Amino acid sequence: MKSRSSLIATLLLVVYLLFTLAPIYWMVHMSVRSNEAIVGAFAWIPESISLHNFQTIFTDSAWYGGYLNSLIYVVINTLLSVSVALPAAYAFSRYHFVGDKHLFFWLLTNRMTPPAVFLLPFFQLYSTIGLMDTHIAVALAHLVFNVPLAVWILEGFMSAVPKEIDETAYIDGYKFPRFFVKIFVPLIKAGIGVTAFFCFMFSWVELLLARTLTSVNAKPIAATMTRTVSASGMDWGTLAAAGVLTLIPGALVIYFVRHYIAKGFAMGRV
Amino acid sequence: MKTTNQRAWLLVLPVLLCVSFSALLPLMTVVNYSVQDIISPTQKVFVGMEWFQSVLRDPDLHGALWRQLLFSAAVLAIQIPLGIGVAQLMPATGWRSSLTLVLLAMPLLIPWNVVGTIWQIFSREDIGLLGHVLTRFGIDYNYTAHSVDAWVTVLLMDVWHWTPLVALLCYAGLRAIPDAYYQAARIDGASRWAVFRFIELPKMRGVLMIAVLLRLMDSFMIYTEPFVLTGGGPGNATTFLSQYLTQKAVGQFDLGPAAAFSLVYFLIILLLCFVLYNYMKQIDAKEVTR
Repeated sequence: MKSRSSLIATLLLVVYLLFTLAPIYWMVHMSVRSNEAIVGAFAWIPESISLHNFQTIFTDSAWYGGYLNSLIYVVINTLLSVSVALPAAYAFSRYHFVGDKHLFFWLLTNRMTPPAVFLLPFFQLYSTIGLMDTHIAVALAHLVFNVPLAVWILEGFMSAVPKEIDETAYIDGYKFPRFFVKIFVPLIKAGIGVTAFFCFMFSWVELLLARTLTSVNAKPIAATMTRTVSASGMDWGTLAAAGVLTLIPGALVIYFVRHYIAKGFAMGRV
Repeated sequence: MKTTNQRAWLLVLPVLLCVSFSALLPLMTVVNYSVQDIISPTQKVFVGMEWFQSVLRDPDLHGALWRQLLFSAAVLAIQIPLGIGVAQLMPATGWRSSLTLVLLAMPLLIPWNVVGTIWQIFSREDIGLLGHVLTRFGIDYNYTAHSVDAWVTVLLMDVWHWTPLVALLCYAGLRAIPDAYYQAARIDGASRWAVFRFIELPKMRGVLMIAVLLRLMDSFMIYTEPFVLTGGGPGNATTFLSQYLTQKAVGQFDLGPAAAFSLVYFLIILLLCFVLYNYMKQIDAKEVTR
């Protein structure tokens, strides 16, 4: 009985994963075929495998430069988001202060602004302070949607840590900064791992702001991809190859934080 | 119990500065646009609430709003239960759990314009896997011509793209439940459903709140994927709010009305999230006192 229900569970999971992988299989499929073959005929598996599309990306500095640019601002953004969110999430999870509930919800409202019209003031703001076309500009702009998310997720993890731990440490003579860095942060490693992954992911896939704030020097990979649309038609193959390569950094990040997510931590609510 | 401590503001201050810098100034600028008729950068006329009135009376906006509400409701109705279900099925430890996690997260990592482009080919009935399989089964499917097909394709794409987010959050929540809870349930002879209803669901409430709010606001602002996949068509079957807004802002160069539209749009999302947030917190409070 037990083994039969776990067999069904595995089967259902495999079905779901097949659904997840089907479009990704198609992306890989497209990336190793020529454009004529892609729009020409249907094939379950590619007739022949060509790495031409990948070659285009690795030999053109506009392409591989795009990857580096994206990686730079995403890493800056993730580090900044997590480090400013940590103390704030601690404050929200441990203390009452004037306006705490309003502030907590207000943070999230910053994720709710529809981009189309808001892009223009962003452009004006960053031009005025002379940060246009820098990695810092994109990293700062992405804080708007990543910091609120980081605070929300971290607050959940922190609230699961019993308050007695804080109190004992304070009685033992720890001051807040040392307690926070030495004792508290290691306790919520899982939460930090999950948060870092989400910040990385949302900054990595964001296109509209990143494209608006950059032109040459900090142009992200997703914006470089729009080059594949030209008068002579879509360059499907190169776009798919670029898509395949965008999976790698994030997959690495989730691979490294997997234990934090999988083990959770035996302390009640997340 | 939380202690009252006004100095906690100091801990929140960095966040406040970071977010305000990039959020408040643009918001004020958009408010400023929304009450003016901008003829040229130097020539502006104050028009008060005029744009807001015309936006609220716009029948196309109403159409887009209803389509949007239906879409977001469908997104939540499918993705939240599906995400919880997938999280339940995932193995807890070992290489299989690592593999599942990495595979599951893949759709999240693809830039949104690529997601649209892949699905554009993937769903084509002549050269795409999905379209080909559906046609094989004798289903008359063509997302570029039939509006229902287009709508379902956009929904399916969103389910594919974002269910992993819900599943990952729920999985993190489930893994945080101590074994002692399950052992106690086993001793009491609780059914699988009772374990889910009285142990897992309450413990996942925190992550579910984040998941529901994120999916609501992000699906409400969905833009890049349907824009690339269907361009809002056929007709305007998949023209959601942000698509319509962009047509207005970019296509007609009407900054004033577009800004007013943005603010109304923003307030709608805000209102929905606020109601949902308070509703979920109320359930929360009730369960705790029980």
